[in-house]
Amino acid sequence: MTTSAGIAPSPLRSQPLRGNRLPAWSFFAVAVAVFAVTAGAFAVTKLSGTVDYFVLAVAAYVVIQSAVAWAVEGRRHAKDRFATLLVGVAFLVALVPLVGIVGYTIHRGLTRFDVTFLTHSMRNVAEQDPNGGAYHAIIGTVEQVAIATIIAVPFGVFVAIYLVEYSRGKFGQLVSFIVDVMTGLPSIVAGLFIYALWILDLHQGYSGLAGSLALVILMLPTIVRTSEEMLKLVPDSLREGSYALGVPKWRTIVRVVLPTALPGVVTGVMLAIARVFGETAPVLLVIGTSASINYNPFSGSQGSLPVFIYNEAQQANATAITRAWAGALTLIAIVMLLNIVARFIARFARVRG
Amino acid sequence: MAKRIDVSGLNVFYSKFLAVQDVSIAIEPRTVTALIGPSGCGKSTFLRTLNRMHEVIPRARVEGKVMLDGEDIYAADVDPVNVRRTIGMVFQKPNPFPTMSIYDNVVAGLRLQRRWKEAELDTIVERSLRSANLWAEVEDRLGKPGAGLSGGQQQRLCIARAIAVEPQVLLMDEPCSALDPISTLAIEDLIGELKERYTIVIVTHNMQQAARVSDRTGFFNLAGVGQPGRLIEYDDTERIFTNPNEKKTEEYITGRFG
Ligand SMILES: Nc1ncnc2c1ncn2[C@@H]1O[C@H](COP(=O)(O)OP(=O)(O)OP(=O)(O)O)[C@@H](O)[C@H]1O
Ligand SMILES: [Mg+2]
Repeated sequence: MTTSAGIAPSPLRSQPLRGNRLPAWSFFAVAVAVFAVTAGAFAVTKLSGTVDYFVLAVAAYVVIQSAVAWAVEGRRHAKDRFATLLVGVAFLVALVPLVGIVGYTIHRGLTRFDVTFLTHSMRNVAEQDPNGGAYHAIIGTVEQVAIATIIAVPFGVFVAIYLVEYSRGKFGQLVSFIVDVMTGLPSIVAGLFIYALWILDLHQGYSGLAGSLALVILMLPTIVRTSEEMLKLVPDSLREGSYALGVPKWRTIVRVVLPTALPGVVTGVMLAIARVFGETAPVLLVIGTSASINYNPFSGSQGSLPVFIYNEAQQANATAITRAWAGALTLIAIVMLLNIVARFIARFARVRG
Repeated sequence: MAKRIDVSGLNVFYSKFLAVQDVSIAIEPRTVTALIGPSGCGKSTFLRTLNRMHEVIPRARVEGKVMLDGEDIYAADVDPVNVRRTIGMVFQKPNPFPTMSIYDNVVAGLRLQRRWKEAELDTIVERSLRSANLWAEVEDRLGKPGAGLSGGQQQRLCIARAIAVEPQVLLMDEPCSALDPISTLAIEDLIGELKERYTIVIVTHNMQQAARVSDRTGFFNLAGVGQPGRLIEYDDTERIFTNPNEKKTEEYITGRFG
């Protein structure tokens, strides 16, 4: 082309619209072949071990499948296949511990996960006795976490509302910074703090409430952070739409901003609850431990599930170890149940205004 | 009762940046005023000062006077919430409340003023949606989320929401920019009906629209990048579009701008 305003010829070649694609069955075929060949290699060479086999076979599969794709489909598709396979493998690897833990806990826990276990305490039950249960611990943990949630949720959400809707300046940044620092607070420190303040300085006794206070410290940063992020995601145009109707700011927050952010806030609260449900250290420090039922979270030691598991697992006795697994299963089941309930709450709260 | 607006010597700042300079304008009750001008000349900024919406933006600031029927809306003891109840606004991008049903969207502004009987609300919802030309399309799904409507329907829902609280003045910032010609026409018809009762100020990039719907037209322009926007000319729409005083105005409306 000549000078001036002439458009330079494009360096891009026009691409054909059609090309070879791998059929779906070929992936299965390649996988079977690679796994079989690897098995053969393990049989005839010095290679051995199940883990080694899977690592090698999966790696070989990713490489060979990509190579096959390159040969048949071309370079761009091969890169796409390779990335897709990596993502898939990462997903499966991440799934292994999750499924493993839940599966193994169910497997071990089901032996003792029965009506007796859910309705009886450990009062007058020796470690080798086959009966006994976690009722006292379930009551304790549920009460402690419930009290902690009742205190932490409004506090946390209010702090988040303050940070997003009201603070403009240094003080807000300071609060934000402190919350960040608190996120990394080890749970034992929270327990020690309540122990020093509540039990030693204020001369309060061991109680479920003391444990709840320690849990509040652990829940707050999670709730504040997630709520803050969710409130920030609410578009300003919604706030403006509300103001333009003459709705005051506080009502805009209550009726428009919070409901819009609600599903995310509920998720944050659930994360916080799930985190503290299994906290052992602070609970052990300020609640103590009890083998009998204590319905009153405001006075005296109470049982709790994490401490129950900890105690039972320490016994050198198979029946006690079984109880520990049943306790672990109970813990996981309660957290899952709560998650399901929270999802329903979030969904139903969304429909109406 | 529609009200008149008198603006004098209005400057609007975003922190130090002077976005709009020295605007004086008198808007008669029960008229439609169109604001036109190139992008970035401060039409939205100016419009938002008329109901103190710009105060939502941190560090936005106003000098000068905005009088609503002789009352200064920027006087120290004036509550911006009451100003916005009197002067409603429709935005360029539809913003229905996503957690609310169509019905609840329409009554969102009413519910806070006082307790209402269900029947009263039902009447208002139907009237507002009919005015906004949306009733027929949503009549059988008032309980469904407002966010499930098409863009044009959402915009008409926002208009219904704004007129449900019966403001004296309605500000509209490019209300039709995301709409098809039929919805646009519906909203223009609506503006024609609404002006019987309200004072309307509408920002638009559509010259034909300004010519069709408005009684008076204001032309905003800015001298250059970084310069403040100014009201160049404000006159009867007919005059602006046939025989404007300013050369810039004529260039802009005939499309020979630059
Ligand atoms: N929130 C803000 N902060 C700082 N500057 C702003 C803000 N909003 C607008 N401005 C500036 O103010 C000037 C006027 O903007 P405005 O939105 O009022 O223009 P407009 O006439 O409505 O343009 P358009 O036709 O594109 O909507 C522009 O220079 C813009 O960059
Ligand atoms: Mg604008």
